[in-house]
Amino acid sequence: MAKAGQFFSSGHTNNWAVLVCTSRFWFNYRHVANTLSVYRSVKRLGIPDSHIVLMLADDMACNHRNPKPATVFSHKNMELNVYGDDVEVDYRGYEVTVENFLRVLTGRLPPSTPRSKRLLSDDRSNILIYLTGHGGNGFLKFQDSEEISNVELADAFEQMWTKRRYNELLFIIDTCQGASMYERFYSPNIMALASSQVGEDSLSHQPDLAIGVHLMDRYTFYLLEFLEDIHPSSTTNMKDLFKVCPKSQCVSTPGHRTDLFLRDPGSVLITDFFGSVRKVEITTDTINLTAPMVHLEDTRPVRELRTEIQTYMDQLPVAEIIHQKPKQKDWHPPDGFILGLWTLILLVFFKTYGIKHLKHIF
Amino acid sequence: MNVAETVFIDNVPTTETDASPPSVTEQKADEADHVLDTMQTQDFPPPSTAKDQFQEELVIKPLHSGDIYASFQFRTQWDTDFLLGSKVSHYRLFPKSLGQVISKFSVRELHISFTQGYWRTMQWGQPFLPSPPGAELWVWFQDTVTDVDLAWKELTNVLSGIFCASLNFIDSTNTVQPSASFKPLGVGNVTDQRFLRYAVLPREIVCTENLTPWKKLLPCGSKAGLAVLMKSEKLFHSSFHSQALHIRPVCKCKSTSWELRQTLNVVFDLHTSGQGKREWSLFKMFSRTLTEACPLASSSKVYVDITDNPQGELFELSPATPLVSQAVVLGDGRTYSVYDLTDHATFGQTHSLNVLLRWRAAESGEMLRPLLHGERYVAGYGLQTGEIHTLVYNNHPYRAFPVLLLDTVPWYLRLYIHTLTVTSKGRDNKPSYIHYQPSKDRLQPHLLEMLIQLPPNSVTEVTVQFERALLKWTEYTPDPNHGFYVGSSVISALVPSVVAMDTNNTQERPLFSSFFPCKEESTYFMRIYTEPLLVNLPTPDFSMPYNVICLTCTVVAVGYGSLYNLLTRTFQVEEPSQGLAKRLANIIRRLRGVPLLT
Repeated sequence: MAKAGQFFSSGHTNNWAVLVCTSRFWFNYRHVANTLSVYRSVKRLGIPDSHIVLMLADDMACNHRNPKPATVFSHKNMELNVYGDDVEVDYRGYEVTVENFLRVLTGRLPPSTPRSKRLLSDDRSNILIYLTGHGGNGFLKFQDSEEISNVELADAFEQMWTKRRYNELLFIIDTCQGASMYERFYSPNIMALASSQVGEDSLSHQPDLAIGVHLMDRYTFYLLEFLEDIHPSSTTNMKDLFKVCPKSQCVSTPGHRTDLFLRDPGSVLITDFFGSVRKVEITTDTINLTAPMVHLEDTRPVRELRTEIQTYMDQLPVAEIIHQKPKQKDWHPPDGFILGLWTLILLVFFKTYGIKHLKHIF
Repeated sequence: MNVAETVFIDNVPTTETDASPPSVTEQKADEADHVLDTMQTQDFPPPSTAKDQFQEELVIKPLHSGDIYASFQFRTQWDTDFLLGSKVSHYRLFPKSLGQVISKFSVRELHISFTQGYWRTMQWGQPFLPSPPGAELWVWFQDTVTDVDLAWKELTNVLSGIFCASLNFIDSTNTVQPSASFKPLGVGNVTDQRFLRYAVLPREIVCTENLTPWKKLLPCGSKAGLAVLMKSEKLFHSSFHSQALHIRPVCKCKSTSWELRQTLNVVFDLHTSGQGKREWSLFKMFSRTLTEACPLASSSKVYVDITDNPQGELFELSPATPLVSQAVVLGDGRTYSVYDLTDHATFGQTHSLNVLLRWRAAESGEMLRPLLHGERYVAGYGLQTGEIHTLVYNNHPYRAFPVLLLDTVPWYLRLYIHTLTVTSKGRDNKPSYIHYQPSKDRLQPHLLEMLIQLPPNSVTEVTVQFERALLKWTEYTPDPNHGFYVGSSVISALVPSVVAMDTNNTQERPLFSSFFPCKEESTYFMRIYTEPLLVNLPTPDFSMPYNVICLTCTVVAVGYGSLYNLLTRTFQVEEPSQGLAKRLANIIRRLRGVPLLT
């Protein structure tokens, strides 16, 4: 029973995931593969596409340099296709910018943004945030043209906390000097993992000679291996996640930060963040249904026969086009240039001929 | 039962329709239960008369160059009125997400296509449904819409969410309002072009993430019927891939009826997919075979074009089928072998259908030259000026016909319209109608529409010079050295047909021949797209700020430092300290009173 109590100790009711790949260009194939591996694991463990915001800065699967189109592989010899057949990318290409990322996190999106591009979390949501790309001490590079600093990220999380947009947050980053990105967090209930410490580089795992690029980064490769063993009912906790990829395998030293997190990491299940576990109460009472519903007849008035005969349009009515009247242009008040020109003309005229000629005009 | 046992519920995709496929024979009996499960509100049409129907078909056409062209068409037709006062809430075959889009934005017609690759007309002939590379969207709104631009902006955002594409990049800088092209393809009387909007994104990438939601809009999804063949690893490993969606009102003559057509055209290359062997089968093309028709479909057919193979001397088609159909498509009479998937006998003993075409003899004779063909390229040198050339070929030996050319050029290529020339056969050819809307920087693109009469057997060349603009440094994309795309030109034409076209639009015809409505028997309407252009704009070197800062700081440090030193440094003479021997000698000399050593 203690185990059951522990199982129900997390206060979350729904799970969200924001997975971001920030690098562009073909040689950064591994960053897209990283993000898609985490996407695959998260989907496999139960989080639906409607609760995942996937941001990929470039298209590797259908890139013309890809010898096997519509695939992104994570193992050498093309063992595991992490792209799959059922993938929904919410932000792609040029849409992956620092501004859009921060807007997704804080929820301050323009009103016409569709649901699939929004993070509709509430105060009972556990959110997994995964970032990968090229980074440095205190910043992460987006698409080789802009960067996000650790201060901005910490402030965004604080905004999320004050707006009650998360219950608990797990932040994983796989970049060079990744630990610098979580140094500045100050909001409660955040647990962070990084693939390398400040001053260290995260290294890539293995190149594939057929594709010609490195397929994955080391940290995410071992993270994927670890996650492949997790299934929705497993009880592995965060302490095992901290042990993923020791220095002997990763060459860099993975780091983690748990001081802001209220619960003990040993009692936090992996599926609290990576999976979407529904808790179901089974009841043995019976419920009486009401009488079956009666089909109502269609009482709407039947539309009368259309009096005008509807026909298909002529696709290229040549005669009509040639004799088309020009479109009515909206009247605009005269532009500044025209007004200035007329003022100049009038001034010159009255200077030359004198003001007494006005009465001849008006 | 263990209370602590948890039940894991599968995620429910939000875009899937809630129609589970019952078998056709038991449909009527299960209808009542089925309706109870899916009923949303009290008013729904009585279930006994099915008001919507679904048809699917696949056309396989071997091309002259050894490649093979497969075209899927799925049509859902529904007798309903989205624009009535009461909201439609009971959806069966028609996808709910699209129905809500139509009613919310008062859409009269919607055409959207996503294409990867360029259709090579000279090698492959004419496609059934043309589409330009990238994403293309054109919409006719109802005349009740007051603010068309606002509705357009919101519609593009909603569609970008449905199809996982960056359609939200469609804004006023790439939207145009054509004045004569893109007349509605559905029924209607009024054509006020103010309600039409057209935009094209030539840079848009098509991949599995666009195919996934597109497949989910089909009534059977990708689980039954022809859609099981759509596997992304094979579909994107092709020379041409285009998926499109067309919604329009069609004529049922008693009431309005809405038609949703989803089409997927793909051309498989002989060498990359076919491994060089001239033998094509469903398994080779799609790595799947057909096992059943979609239970919700009223008709499910596979057509194979055997016009070039009347006695079976060119290629062998197996399994043999007795059904043969004739159709007039693209101005030509073609013969097709038909496989009816709703008939269980088609699947034979193995319960799977794998259509196989094996070539016996090498291809002989020339392919019939397509009557209309367009090309476009950029001429010139340097990064300041250039010239756009559009070539339109009329390959008919004696008939002249008119074409309508629509060009949308982004604002950063400033066209000099006074240099516009249209020449045919070396002489000037004055267009009978020109509509030009100049661009405004960062607000709207150039729009040029011309109606040109093409003389028979000629090449018409349209040239216009342009100048490249320098963008503000924040307006460059993250990869500016790739270049900037200019969308394809659209050439709409009424082409004379070889065989009399069928103008009776209400008759049941195969889907691929009934897309463009026919008004006359002697001509048929065709639309072709030219290549998109890729131009380089003068791009600054973005690493320069760093370099400039380093250089400037060095220069300032060296220059200012030297000047400061010169002005403030004073020189003092200082005695150098002497060696030990000398010091001792000097002490002795001082004692003696003799001049010291230096």
